Amino acid sequence: MGLQNTFWGYHRDNGRVGVRNHVIILPVDDLSNAACEAVANNIKGTLALPHPYGRLQFGADLELHFRTLIGTGANPNVAAVIVIGIEPGWTQRVVDGIAATGKPVSGFSIELNGDINTIAAASRSAKEYVQYASALRRTEHPITDLWVSTKCGESDTTSGCGANPTVGNAFDKLYAAGTTLLFGETSEITGGEQIVAARARTPEIREQFLKTWNAYNDFIIANKTNDLSESQPTKGNIIGGLTTIEEKALGNIQKIGKTCTVDGVLEPAETPTGPGLWFMDSSSAAAEMVTLAAAGGFVVHFFPTGQGNVIGNPILPVIKLTANPRTVRTMREHIDYDCSGLLQREYNLDQAGNGLLDVLFDTANGRLTDAEALGHREFVLTKLYRSA
Amino acid sequence: MVHFIVHNKQDTTGVVVVEGVEAGQELTGWLIDTDETLGIRVRDAIPIGHKLALTEITEGSDVIKYGEVIGRAVAAIPQGAHLHVHNVKTKRW
Repeated sequence: MGLQNTFWGYHRDNGRVGVRNHVIILPVDDLSNAACEAVANNIKGTLALPHPYGRLQFGADLELHFRTLIGTGANPNVAAVIVIGIEPGWTQRVVDGIAATGKPVSGFSIELNGDINTIAAASRSAKEYVQYASALRRTEHPITDLWVSTKCGESDTTSGCGANPTVGNAFDKLYAAGTTLLFGETSEITGGEQIVAARARTPEIREQFLKTWNAYNDFIIANKTNDLSESQPTKGNIIGGLTTIEEKALGNIQKIGKTCTVDGVLEPAETPTGPGLWFMDSSSAAAEMVTLAAAGGFVVHFFPTGQGNVIGNPILPVIKLTANPRTVRTMREHIDYDCSGLLQREYNLDQAGNGLLDVLFDTANGRLTDAEALGHREFVLTKLYRSA
Repeated sequence: MVHFIVHNKQDTTGVVVVEGVEAGQELTGWLIDTDETLGIRVRDAIPIGHKLALTEITEGSDVIKYGEVIGRAVAAIPQGAHLHVHNVKTKRW
């Protein structure tokens, strides 16, 4: 079938549409993980998102922390949010940020209350939220409301000739239909940066992209202790046959297709302001990038792999695909879409792209991905530098 | 059966896309760019996903894939040989 005009999702008060209906229990900081997990254990159908950060961060790193937590709560795949922090100030800041979407959100702080009282109070609210969310119904929405992100991982050479071009074909079709799309992985553009720059819609966007890429490259050059082999490309990439960062990058950028232009550049976890293809400055580490995409408001993710990455995300359904027949054979339960036939000329790229779009619409309409069924919930915050 | 794939006409390397390729085997390739069928005899056993040299590549010269430079040869690479981190390095880092 390929591209469809509509999908069935959850309409939120801010006009966005989600494809999942999570009630999340969100810690502001590492100290609040235990209380969040206790609430999620008490109230069935809720989901705690523990993480290791949120104390003594400052400057741009702290701003990114808040933007990521608020963006996660604000994501349209989330129906309602409980926020728990050690103290009330930063807790309220996250609550206020999420409340701007109009969805139900409450904050609880542990100091002067202790874990047990906090857990009791938060559990009462969480119970109301999960019952509220369970009464919501999917409604039909135009495809333009579907925001789709992409990032590849455990790539090998089959990624560049099979799975990534398949995502690129689907992206070209989604772009033409007026959707909002995302790619990133700043360091992994290295060797193909001029090709991405040439795809920028305006000279200003081109300049902004190259400035972002140069800043990340300067950071790597300043901190590297060797030629980065085994880091970028990774040990797994090299086992899979990828030799250099240039080769990896040229395969990576197959994901942005052939016809869509790059319409804007985003800070990590920033939300796009209109439709089109956006580049987000981001790490190439899988869980970090997917977490940032979710915080930016994306509701479904394409994750092409070569050697077989197993990643998922707590709120963003991650659709994994591969063109490597050995990965299909050895890791079948992690592969939502097998496009290995493309490399044997059993079907063409247009047909492979349509097959992936079929999986996209099934997923958007409610079918669980492999990662969701297997319980993969990698929630990994990006940290820019040491805390104070 | 397609044993290896080449992206662009200018490329000097191709990717093995089947398991079990052995030294001396005659392989059939697919050049995606122009939809041509290629043939080559490999010198080495090459795992799935790994690359072979389509032509002889002299030490110090660029290796081309996707029509772009993906690194430089740090050893002479004969036609049909396994091409990877032992004989090609990045030009970036």
